[in-house]
Amino acid sequence: MDLSFSPEERAFREEVRAWIKTAMPPHLAAKAAVDGHFEMPEVMEWHKVLAQKGWVAPHWPVEWGGPGLDVARRFILTEELELAGAPQLSPFGLTMAGPLLMQFGNEAQKQRYLPKILSGEEVWCQGYSEPNAGSDLASLRLAARADGDFFVLDGQKTWTTYAQYAGWIFVLARTDPAAKKQSGISFFVVDMTSPGIRVRPTLTIGGTHAFCDTFFENVRVPKENLVGPLNGGWTLAKALLGHERTLVAAVGHSTRTLLRCKRIARETIGDDGRPLSQDPVWRAKIARMECRLEALRMQNYRAIAGAKQGHAPGPESSILKLRGSEVLQGMFELALDLMGHDGLSWMNEPGVVPAHEDWVAPTYDYVRAATIYAGSNEIQKNIIAKLILGLS
Amino acid sequence: MNFELDDDQRMLVDSVQTFVRKESPVSRFRALRSSGEGVTGEGDGFSRDLYRKMGELGWLGLPLPESVGGLGGSFVDLMLVLEQLGTTLVPEPILSSIVLSAMTVAECGGERFLDGVATGDRLLGLAYAEQNGRYDLSRLEATAEKSGAGYRLRANKRFVLDGHVADAFVVSAKLDGKVALFVVEAKDAKVQRLKTHDGRFAAHVSFDVELAADRLLAADGLAALSRAVERGAAAVCAEGLGVMQTVLSMTRDYLSQREQFGVKIGSFQALQHRCVDMFVETELARSTTLLAALALDDPKAVSVAKVQLAAGGRLVVQQAVQLHGGIGITDEADVGLYFKRMHVIQALFGDEDFHLARVARLGLD
Ligand SMILES: Cc1cc2nc3c(=O)[nH]c(=O)nc-3n(C[C@H](O)[C@H](O)[C@H](O)COP(=O)(O)OP(=O)(O)OC[C@H]3O[C@@H](n4cnc5c(N)ncnc54)[C@H](O)[C@@H]3O)c2cc1C
Repeated sequence: MDLSFSPEERAFREEVRAWIKTAMPPHLAAKAAVDGHFEMPEVMEWHKVLAQKGWVAPHWPVEWGGPGLDVARRFILTEELELAGAPQLSPFGLTMAGPLLMQFGNEAQKQRYLPKILSGEEVWCQGYSEPNAGSDLASLRLAARADGDFFVLDGQKTWTTYAQYAGWIFVLARTDPAAKKQSGISFFVVDMTSPGIRVRPTLTIGGTHAFCDTFFENVRVPKENLVGPLNGGWTLAKALLGHERTLVAAVGHSTRTLLRCKRIARETIGDDGRPLSQDPVWRAKIARMECRLEALRMQNYRAIAGAKQGHAPGPESSILKLRGSEVLQGMFELALDLMGHDGLSWMNEPGVVPAHEDWVAPTYDYVRAATIYAGSNEIQKNIIAKLILGLS
Repeated sequence: MNFELDDDQRMLVDSVQTFVRKESPVSRFRALRSSGEGVTGEGDGFSRDLYRKMGELGWLGLPLPESVGGLGGSFVDLMLVLEQLGTTLVPEPILSSIVLSAMTVAECGGERFLDGVATGDRLLGLAYAEQNGRYDLSRLEATAEKSGAGYRLRANKRFVLDGHVADAFVVSAKLDGKVALFVVEAKDAKVQRLKTHDGRFAAHVSFDVELAADRLLAADGLAALSRAVERGAAAVCAEGLGVMQTVLSMTRDYLSQREQFGVKIGSFQALQHRCVDMFVETELARSTTLLAALALDDPKAVSVAKVQLAAGGRLVVQQAVQLHGGIGITDEADVGLYFKRMHVIQALFGDEDFHLARVARLGLD
């Protein structure tokens, strides 16, 4: 066991830091400096910059274009990107579809999809949830009926994040309506330009159109787009939830937000005429959040280091999802509280509040979703109670 | 001790309830707000006609003296009205124009500025908060100095509630080392309209103007200003109570209707307990709001109420969103509107820390 970094690892950190400075396009750097909101096209622009450098998928095996970094260097890379406030990459290709295809796809599928996920040429979204299948995902009803060389999809997905930007969607669909809930489900990858797909973006409480309703009407999907065995989709669904949970530890986002809290605290004058950063009460609040974050970070290191590259971690990942989402929400709550009256401002023109405060309230609202998506926190607790503690 | 409403108060509550359901369901606020799906934000966020109607019904004049067309009634009655208005997020500017401003003007003997206020024809705003002031009302950079027969006022005020429509402002500024209050017409101010988190409007308002001598409302106005903000705190506790009750019942209804795993999600004990927590916080808010209403002159009572609103109110709206699942994150769902309003009223008139510090000061020092 060892927590320290070697001279070579420290040199790698310097290399990453210097590279980000020169590689990040100025309009992205300007937003990063004030934690602005990155639109999806900007996220993909950054994805491509990272892809060219070979650093876009630190967790991918070299065989599929991963950079072959050891665990320490992966941490360093991720950390430096976070500290720079770089756009957070869309996870649907890199962390979800990619690893799943590596694990369950056939050779042709891997060759077809993985390179373009890596390059950012194709953007992905996740079609799991339906209006009546949220926490109870296995009750999903999107129908996939075999018809010659095709499956024909009919039904609706909902809460599909950034479907309006996606070229591809992976879906769980019912291929055997007679089978018991989990057993009649299959996993497909579907071209979003297929005739019969309609996407309706939905405004969130965070003021952005972050998710969509996705409708399927007689959508013809070639048989080769089935991933894994027919009626075996539930295995893939479960594997993916593991990847998803690690992701929503959101250590990077929380780290960045803690920095933002500190900045707000230093620049906001309290009732005693001093910055809030010198007020013992606010100092204690910030310190508490920092402790919660550092505990989470170490928990996350342990989980990532323990999981084999490209494989999903076990039910312990529920801990990361639970605590990670709470810490993220807590960070934004702290930021909003620190702002006092400035927290009243909502998407006004520049200058109404300092630029680094502009997106705090909308993001505070939006991250209420963090305890709902990727398996709600209530569901995570059910999982821990049942699978780890053996209570039932 | 008697915590029952009297007959008049019960009638008042009934009539506001009926009015709110008929004239201003939450869908009306949704259509009027400053940001959201299909919203241009070009309107003023409320209806002058409806506001005048409230004047006709006597609500605006409830706490104002008869000399300016008021009813000389109690502030408690107005709080009862505000609680009901909170249940459907009625956006008319009673808080800013009546509670914060008109009552202060009346208290300082400024009847001459109150023509048309009780009828809803004239709107007032309270311009007191500044960049470096947080919640300390005396920490001001705004200044006034004698100039000829009158005064020169220089002030930059922030987040003046409903400042985008106010016809005149009550403005705080340092004059001879004291916190003075002036009344300034909107035409003499620079108003930057802005949107607030809860879908309403406010304004940054700046002043650099020569004022006639009779524009001075109070040369030593800190106590009056403090009382205004105390009333504001109590008022948002009442409104917040309306918010809490409403999202609690929305959530209970949702849990009784939404099915997952083949059962109503309200049958899960984890969610039942969460709802119970929400219920308990709401009932405690009812108690502390009453405390604030009955002991408005006691800073500790007001702080206790504001702290309960901060902790309990936040829990209630956060959990209401949580228990709605994905729908709770959409702009389409009403629960989000209440969620946002709760966060705004928490930041107004002293946040949790301000009030905790005050309770500590009163109890420890
Ligand atoms: C911002 C956002 C983005 C999303 N992006 C995507 C996406 O890209 N793709 C996708 O497929 N889905 C996405 N989702 C959907 C998300 O996975 C679902 O919202 C989630 O699974 C919950 O389902 P639901 O919304 O139907 O809520 P419900 O399942 O109806 O739950 C309502 C409430 O009941 C609780 N509950 C349910 N069952 C139990 C139980 N057994 N015990 C205790 N409590 C319970 C829940 O925790 C919740 O609080 C997204 C959601 C959000 C909010």
